[in-house]
Amino acid sequence: MASSCVQQLCRRSTSHLRSKTSCVTLLYSTHVQNHVAGVRTADKTNAGGDLIIHGNHSIFHTSQRRQQVGVCYYSGYNASPLLPTEHRDTKELTDALSQIKDAQHLTETNARLDTDEAVYPSASEEITDKDASHTMVPSTLPSESSSLRDYVDESETLSKLVQLGVKLWKLEQRPNVGTMLLKLDFQTDVVPRLLFLKEMGVEDSGLAYILSDNPFILKEDLENLHARVNYLKSQKFSPETVASMVTRAPYLLNFSVKRLDNRLAFYQQQLGLNSSKTRGIVARLPRLLSGSLEPVKETLRVCKIELGFKENEIQHMVMLVPKLLTSNKRKLTQIFDYLHNTMKVQHHLIVKFPQVFNSRLLRIKERHLFLDYLGTAQYDSDQPNYISLDRLASLPDEAFCTEVASATLEDFIMFQKTM
Amino acid sequence: MAIRAIRKFRWVEGLFCVYKPPGVHWKLVRDRIETCILEVRGPEFRRIKVGVGHRLDASSSGVLVIGVGRGNKPLNDLYQMCCTRDYTLEGEFGFATDNFSRTGRIVERSTYDHVTQDKLEKVLAMLQQANQKALLIHSNVDMRSQEAYEMAVTGELGPQGKSPPILTGLRVTGFQPPFFTLELQCLNETQRYLRKVVHEIGLELRSTASCTAVRRTRDGPFTVDQALTRGQWTAAQVALTIQHYNNSKRQSRPLPAPAAL
Repeated sequence: MASSCVQQLCRRSTSHLRSKTSCVTLLYSTHVQNHVAGVRTADKTNAGGDLIIHGNHSIFHTSQRRQQVGVCYYSGYNASPLLPTEHRDTKELTDALSQIKDAQHLTETNARLDTDEAVYPSASEEITDKDASHTMVPSTLPSESSSLRDYVDESETLSKLVQLGVKLWKLEQRPNVGTMLLKLDFQTDVVPRLLFLKEMGVEDSGLAYILSDNPFILKEDLENLHARVNYLKSQKFSPETVASMVTRAPYLLNFSVKRLDNRLAFYQQQLGLNSSKTRGIVARLPRLLSGSLEPVKETLRVCKIELGFKENEIQHMVMLVPKLLTSNKRKLTQIFDYLHNTMKVQHHLIVKFPQVFNSRLLRIKERHLFLDYLGTAQYDSDQPNYISLDRLASLPDEAFCTEVASATLEDFIMFQKTM
Repeated sequence: MAIRAIRKFRWVEGLFCVYKPPGVHWKLVRDRIETCILEVRGPEFRRIKVGVGHRLDASSSGVLVIGVGRGNKPLNDLYQMCCTRDYTLEGEFGFATDNFSRTGRIVERSTYDHVTQDKLEKVLAMLQQANQKALLIHSNVDMRSQEAYEMAVTGELGPQGKSPPILTGLRVTGFQPPFFTLELQCLNETQRYLRKVVHEIGLELRSTASCTAVRRTRDGPFTVDQALTRGQWTAAQVALTIQHYNNSKRQSRPLPAPAAL
């Protein structure tokens, strides 16, 4: 995060400086001189290493200390609302270096000055009002921090994002995201993209969700974003659909037009559906476009070969429950195995109710065993007292007990404890 | 909001038990409970301390003691204390596997027609005798002392701290060849050891047996009746259970002795 800034800074200045610790810059003036730039470095690694430069009367400790000057930045130097970012740091560093070089020239001439006669202005000394107005108060912003909390008050971008409802606490945990957000300028970067999203039809709550998930959308080129949305519209997705797709799959607009095109073609080809049905599936589950394609291929292979579903059966199931395509291979096989081999449910019934694959295997097991114990486990649609798979898997516990099993919830709980 | 949340947390802190279903790793159970209790979302409440008592391996089921927040301290004490646990084992005659349960590779098959209930009970009696001896040995008390007698009378005779697994009680509750059910109380056990016990019972009976199910019905003072099943893992239910448990603890505390006259 910001530590990488400081580290880069240090690497650049190793020829002059060695210490890596952060320091506080104090600018103060004595009552003797006017504009005196005093720099005190509190070097943590060097206890008692005080370095004080006064304008004309600079007292420079001997050359050994010179090497232990820490990284400094004059925080009040450029009055800007944003934080000192990388390039500002280097500018200030070069300023600091030039000042130090000037000071060095002076010290070499005054090298014989006694260190005992150091003119340390005491903190309890009173200064005149004129000098007080020249005093610059140091900013307390740390140059590196592990959380964005320290910067939120100062940074316009961050505070506006928080007002929108973006989950900064989640974002700051991701590597480099915090630095990126800090460097953004609100007016030139963030606002045009937010307006663009709003034009598309995304609601305010959706904005917060998109940014919490995909902050990198703020770095995408506006032209590219426009091009991608136009492409989707050209594929006959309605504007509202596009808005909802972007809200639910925030990374969608980060993909190039070519990539989106390839993916749509992939689904159309693999599933063998016509374009309007493909559109329907993708609109319902936009994750399909923004996720990886390998698991989908794997799942389709599993359905065809291991589970033995025919092409049209797979089409039917995916049309009903598109989430099947992204489900776990192991889960699919386990549930299918239990349904087909233990519960003896035929293929055609499973095809009718693909939502059983969404539920947990344990739930199906417990309920089936309960019905078995009661003697009412009947899954053949031709027989009386038939229990459909979706009622078995999707009903909440209470409803399942009363309607399907004709027993009380307590009985079911007691049964669960005997498993 | 934060203060209210903290206050809400106080209700949920304590000890309670859940029913771990078979086929699930105990860690997943613990994580699930943590998520369920953390109904208050936000940057401050991302994690709470949820501790687990004696563990249950993936294919066993039964009572799993959970401690939340401040309840972790008494959980630790409970763990150190040597109290027995109740198990129900279901076994099947006819085959032996390498990991003593159904999921392993079958190593041997045999007949079991000659096995009758009283033969089984004889074997169990023998096992119990061996375990009783082990109990006395590991209790580190001289058997001929008055102290040992008093401890045995009050039922406190037993190993303190680490010892090999010891079965303190063992009986048959169901016998329908090839299936049989055992109920036992034990100390310092692991589920793998219990399956091994079933395997050894088969060997003693000159047949083979393997364990099909291990179910813990009691862990110290926590029984199956109080355990929460998966549908009940919510903060509200947990708070209720803890309150109930605290009340019952208060009731069972012995009254202070009357002052001597």
